[in-house]
Amino acid sequence: MVAGIERHQKLAQIEQLRSKVRRLEQKPGMGAELATHEALGGVVQLRAGGTYAADSLALAMLLLAGPSGAGEWTAVVGVEDFGVEAAAEAGVDLERTILVPRPKDSWLEATAALVDVTTLVLVRPTGRVTPSVAEKIGARLRTRGAALVALGEWPRADVRLRATEPRWVGLGNGDGHLRARRMVVEAVRGTAPPRRTALWFPAEDGGLRRVLEPVTDIADLRKQESA
Amino acid sequence: MSRTLVVWCADWPVAAALGDAGLPRHLPAAVFAQNRVQAYNQAAREFGVKRGMRRRDAQSRCPEVQVLAADEARDARVFEEVLVRLEELRPGVMPLRPGLVALRSPARFYGGEAEAGAAIAECVVGLGIWDVRIGIADELFTAEQAARSAGLQETYAVPADGGSTAFLRALPVHVLEDANAVSLLQRLGLTTLGGLADLPGADVKARFGAQAAWVRQVIHGEGARPVSGRTPPPELATEVAFEPPLDSAEAVCFSARQAAEGFVKGLATRQEVCTEVRIEVAMEDVADSCRTWAHPRWFSSVDLIDRLHWQLAGAASGGRGGGVTGVRFVPEVAVSEAVHADGLWGGTNERVDRGIARVQGLLGHEAVVAPVLQGGRTPRDRQAYVPWGNRPSTLRDRALPWPGSIPPPAPARVLADPWPAEVCDQAGRQVVVLPRGGVSADPARYRPSAGQPWQRVASWAGPWPVTEAWWEPDGGRRVARFQLVGVDGRAWLATFDTDHWLTEASYD
Repeated sequence: MVAGIERHQKLAQIEQLRSKVRRLEQKPGMGAELATHEALGGVVQLRAGGTYAADSLALAMLLLAGPSGAGEWTAVVGVEDFGVEAAAEAGVDLERTILVPRPKDSWLEATAALVDVTTLVLVRPTGRVTPSVAEKIGARLRTRGAALVALGEWPRADVRLRATEPRWVGLGNGDGHLRARRMVVEAVRGTAPPRRTALWFPAEDGGLRRVLEPVTDIADLRKQESA
Repeated sequence: MSRTLVVWCADWPVAAALGDAGLPRHLPAAVFAQNRVQAYNQAAREFGVKRGMRRRDAQSRCPEVQVLAADEARDARVFEEVLVRLEELRPGVMPLRPGLVALRSPARFYGGEAEAGAAIAECVVGLGIWDVRIGIADELFTAEQAARSAGLQETYAVPADGGSTAFLRALPVHVLEDANAVSLLQRLGLTTLGGLADLPGADVKARFGAQAAWVRQVIHGEGARPVSGRTPPPELATEVAFEPPLDSAEAVCFSARQAAEGFVKGLATRQEVCTEVRIEVAMEDVADSCRTWAHPRWFSSVDLIDRLHWQLAGAASGGRGGGVTGVRFVPEVAVSEAVHADGLWGGTNERVDRGIARVQGLLGHEAVVAPVLQGGRTPRDRQAYVPWGNRPSTLRDRALPWPGSIPPPAPARVLADPWPAEVCDQAGRQVVVLPRGGVSADPARYRPSAGQPWQRVASWAGPWPVTEAWWEPDGGRRVARFQLVGVDGRAWLATFDTDHWLTEASYD
């Protein structure tokens, strides 16, 4: 009886170790899903090998928070004005975040080196990025199974994210203080119609939540309305 | 029966700090912890400096007193010199704490206890430590008390066979280190250890604690602690000398490679790895460059050479370049390699560290940083960048209240260099903060920096006045902070500083 239980435990342990080996052997190939912040679910899904362009640092931090919160390493290159406290509030794990605030002219080399070892790299390129440079980085991302978030323009980015219609709550005419912000995150993937979601980011309690269900397509909405 | 000899260097923290700072040891000096006197030397005592005194009081009694910071690691490090010299005279020393060391009395070799004491005192005085006192007795506690009773550079030998009981019984109770027990004994009218010794043993333990009970046992001739010698620490530092001196950093690094490998190998034979190393570069004509480097994992010989290269580059860029005559690697922290052994499944952190090392090699050591949070008033003060691998030092406590700090949420963009901003009222005049804390007019238009377009202000809050460093002679900085939201919905944190506006942070 006792021997049977022991045997059972051992088998379970072996199975656990085997699954661990499988996970380690399996390279996070291209297209594998990376952890994405739940508030962005339905709007954007980070994928290994993908490039994402965001127009606001707060939004980029939200993208960073997904893999970082799931225990992955992340890096931030060329963002001199990275608000560390805001990043921590958004859910970025500072322990596993590498910052290269002033890469000077070597931002490309630094990014390439960090793509090798981290899962998500946030980069603000200095100067224009040529399509050939973007393609080189893209190839590297695909082989390493990492993703890249660019602040500003990035040639042929898979998804372009914009933070639109920001509305702050809590500020009056000389009184109060900033408490919460409602904003609409808009994601454009190629030529597909944009996906939108309205977020309280940050919400009154410092958290982060959806305002409405994501409106995937304006045309759908119109159809619903006419029906 | 072998006798115990205790060497006591009085006011050791002061002697160590003066020695470490390269100051002569006869100066009046005191070591301060949290602004209060922790230890002081004889010269300061003559001026009336007392333990627990505030710094300004100590300085008012003795204006030339040397103010030194307390540092236990330094005390221990400087005492190591004394231990090494004593070990040359008599192996098997037992350091009790910095400034106090016991050894088996070498009286037979020197032909008498007074002679042995004199030989040891001479050796310690030879190191520049004047205030040394030596006690010899049958047992450790008695010998320590004897050393404390001895005169300057003198030896106090407690007679053997029963002499120690009489000696200890006459001592006042405050030689016990337990302040509660001392206070209680004094209130009970027991002023000497003799009074303590006459109490029943079980009651002493129950009422006065373990230390008093042990001292009582010692007076009765029991509970003696043997002197056990220490094993001298091995020499792990490695050095290499260059003759003639080398000028280029590349040549130095190339020539130091073998020393670095030897250093790592020397530690490896003891199954240890170094996580913090001090690299000392001796230079011709200019002061030596000395710097401590930490590593997130441990130093391999390649890492050591990298650090050496950065250190030389830093010295050269600081205008302190010169012919290098020698390089020395000193392990500051060495840990068992088992602590850092690779896991069965491979360490992901190791991979990350290699990637970081590549970027560091490209951009320099300070270019790759770890973000940390700390306490402060402005968003910029509340964060810090720590070069990767270094331990954060002197971070401000976040738990303190920090009056004048900005309530959350925190701004996403914290500008490293604030932008010069402009804030105008309806009539187009600059908004100013009045001395009593009001604003001249409501802000109506805002421009975050010179190159950006003007923005109408939709809502605003402030001014939140903060006076920073008002105790400085120039009156510190009086600033007032504002939160401004433009009609485009973007929020900014702006500061009015005496006569101009700055954009400190942005919330998007």
